[in-house]
Order: sequence, then C-alpha cells, then structure tokens
Amino acid sequence: MLRQHSYWQLFSAVCKKDLQLAFRQRAEIVNPILFFLIVITLFPLAIGPEPGLLSRMAPGIIWVAALLSTMLGLDKLFRDDYHDGSLEQLIASSYPLPLTVLGKVVAHWIITGLPLVLMTPLFALLLNLDNQALIATVLTLLLGTPLLSFIGAIGAGLTVGLQKGGILMSLLVLPLYIPVLIFATSAIDTSTMSLDYSGQLAILGAMLVIAIISAPIAISSALKVSVS
Amino acid sequence: MWKWLHPYAKADRAYQLCNTLLPYFAVITVVFMIIGWVWGLAYAPADYQQKDSYRIIFIHVPSAILSMGAYSSMAIAAVIALVWQLRNAELAVIAIAPVGACVTAIALITGAAWGKPMWGAWWVWDARLTSELILLFLYLGVLSLYHAFEDKKAAGRAASILAIVGVINLPIIHFSVEWWNTLHQGATITKFDTKAIDSSMFWPLMVNIVAFAGFVGMVTLMRLKNEILQREKHRPWVRQLLNRG
Repeated sequence: MLRQHSYWQLFSAVCKKDLQLAFRQRAEIVNPILFFLIVITLFPLAIGPEPGLLSRMAPGIIWVAALLSTMLGLDKLFRDDYHDGSLEQLIASSYPLPLTVLGKVVAHWIITGLPLVLMTPLFALLLNLDNQALIATVLTLLLGTPLLSFIGAIGAGLTVGLQKGGILMSLLVLPLYIPVLIFATSAIDTSTMSLDYSGQLAILGAMLVIAIISAPIAISSALKVSVS
Repeated sequence: MWKWLHPYAKADRAYQLCNTLLPYFAVITVVFMIIGWVWGLAYAPADYQQKDSYRIIFIHVPSAILSMGAYSSMAIAAVIALVWQLRNAELAVIAIAPVGACVTAIALITGAAWGKPMWGAWWVWDARLTSELILLFLYLGVLSLYHAFEDKKAAGRAASILAIVGVINLPIIHFSVEWWNTLHQGATITKFDTKAIDSSMFWPLMVNIVAFAGFVGMVTLMRLKNEILQREKHRPWVRQLLNRG
C-alpha cells in the first residue's frame, strides 16, 4: 500500500489532533486538575491540619491523587475515536498502529500529566512540603505520569468496546500502578531526609523506557481485540 | 513440538486429551493429599518455637506456590493463544484463572490465620502478603475482563493480553514491594543447604505441594472440559457425546 507520509508526520498528526480537540474543550484539561486539587483539599480536612503530619503524608497524598486523576482522562482516550469509527480506520490503515497509539498516549500525557507537574508547587504549598521535597516531587511526577498514561492506555484499549468499561478499567489498571507509586513516594521520602534519591529516579526512568517500547504494542493488540 | 501439539488445536482432540489426563491427576491428588495431610497434620513433629500452629504451613506454602505456578501457566497459555491463535489455549486461560484466584485466596486466608498467633495481627503490610494480594487483584482483573465481554472470542483474547501484561509486571511488583517492606519469615524451601526446615517436616511439605499441584491440575482440566463443551455446543461431536451420555 502507498504511504504518503513519514512516520514522524503520522505521529505528530495524531498527537496534534488530540491536543486540538482537548484545547477546544477546555473542561477536559481543567477538570482533572480541579479533581486533583479537591482530592488534596480533602486530606487535611480528613486527617487534621497539623503541618508536621501533612508534610509527612504529602508524597503519598500527591501520588494517590495523581493516580486517580489520570484515571479520569483514560476512559475518554479511545472512546470517542471508537464511537465515530476513526479508530477502525487507524487500525485498517497501512501505517503501524503502535506509532499511532504512541501519539495518542503522548497527547494524553500532555493533557493530563503535564499540568499536574506544572501545578505541583501550588500543591506543595498546600501540604507544607519544603523545597527539597518539592523538587523530588516534580521529578518523580515528570518521570511517573507518562508511565501512568502508558500503563493506563493498555486498560483503556482493552475496555474501550465495553458498555461500562470505566470502572472495570480502573480495576485492571490500578494494581499495575503500584510499583510506580512505591518508587515515586520512596524517592520523595528519601529527599525529605536529605539523602540521595537518584536510584529511585533511575528505576522510574528504566520503567518508563520499557513502557515506551512495549506498551504501544500491547495497546494496539488490545485495540484490535476491542474493535474486531 | 509443533507436530505433537497440532492435533490438540481441534476441540474434540483436546477434550479427549483432558479425559485421558484427568484420572492420573485425580489419583495423584487423592493419594498425595491423604498421605500429606495425615503425615503433616498428625505425625510430623511440632515446632520447638511455634508449637502445633506451624502445621498450617502444609496448606499455606503449597497454595502460595501454586498461586504463582497457576499464574505462570495461565500466562504461558495466553502466549500460545495469542501467538499461534489456538482457541483451546484461550479456553485454558479462562479455565485456570478462577482456580488460581481460589488458591491465592487460600494462601491469603491461611496466611492471616497463621499471622494472628505469630505476629499478633491478622494482616500486616508485609512485602509478600502485599504482592500476594496484588496477585489476587490481577487474577480478578482477568476474570472480570473476561466476563465483561459479550463476545466470548474477543473476551478470551482480551483476557490473554491482560494475563501477559500482568506477568511482565509481576516481577516488578514483587521486587518493588519487597524493597518497600519486609517482615515475613524467609523462604522455607529454597535454602536446601542451610536447612531452614528439618527433613521430618520437609518431606510432608513436598508431598502436600505435589498434592496441591495435582488438585489445581485436576480442577483446571475439569473446567477446561466444560469450557470446550460450552464453546463447541453446536458442533456434531458434542451433540453425539451428550446423546450418548
């Protein structure tokens, strides 16, 4: 079959289309951030406002909130394309599906993950985190949230064809998020003790590299099952 | 291997294979389970520290080993199902999943019952307990994904993909959790040289492990037979079989 465009053009076109759709419907970008903010507000109300307790629990709170808010956008990742039939066209096209999927996941991260990273200083302020821990939180979120997008997209691909896929997807995906949660929070914890946390960051980075290589293949085979 | 495996791609041959294997597994299960339980629960000496309460090891350890063994065999079946597109392998994935989930639940419950007198708590957030719990979540994920699909053909393939994703993640989860927190006593059987366990307790444990493996194999075969019959219920050979019986 004839391929008129380079792989890079395909990747950037898919990515650009998703970003454009999100920016035209701002709620899609704003809502996960608001959700994240509200979840973080709930914790001091629930466990008490002592600054010491909050800064001790802050890494866990931030990361659990990040896990939950990335789940929000995942449900929509393939759903619209599935319903209007463009997903079928992407699968049927002569271009490699993993590359298309990679574009969509990257767009999803820019929409849901990147704003969280940028907003972290505000959350750190609310939860009484010091500067060292703030830097560690930003770094772990920077490495960790794309990982969440990649792993979550596998679940989204598997459940896209189902009527009530949303809650099932979170059941499938959340257990797979546990290693990310453990290494990220432990990096932040280590940083509050002024110790070197590059080891944890290296492991997160390694997991991200593995995910970039292997997740698109799993996602595209999941999509093929869902669409067939 | 391919020549040997190929005939069993046909559902009726696979069904016959299940029928021939089933009695062996049943005999192994019954014989070893009776020997193992009587030997382990009645004749093996009591532990000098944990007294008689250690005897739950004869159920706890085999079920914990089999919970992981069942997951790996499910993942192997999933790879076969996706790579060679064998429908019977998909059925095997679904046949193993609930059995594995049950064995995992048994390991968790017996572990809790053992933990209460030893550690003073039903549940502690220890590495092995946590990774066993996550293993249970993975099994339940495969099961609920399979049952969410209307079209059982797609369901089998989706469950296979999830099983493979899970098996890639399992070591990562295991080591991350291990690194996170450890309270559990060290592995009992891997240290042959250091003699972590006396041979008077080791051999009944081995017998119990074989018994549990036989049991898991037996239940899986029975479930696989049912899955094959249900999937192929419109085929003439199933009709014949049912009319005969």
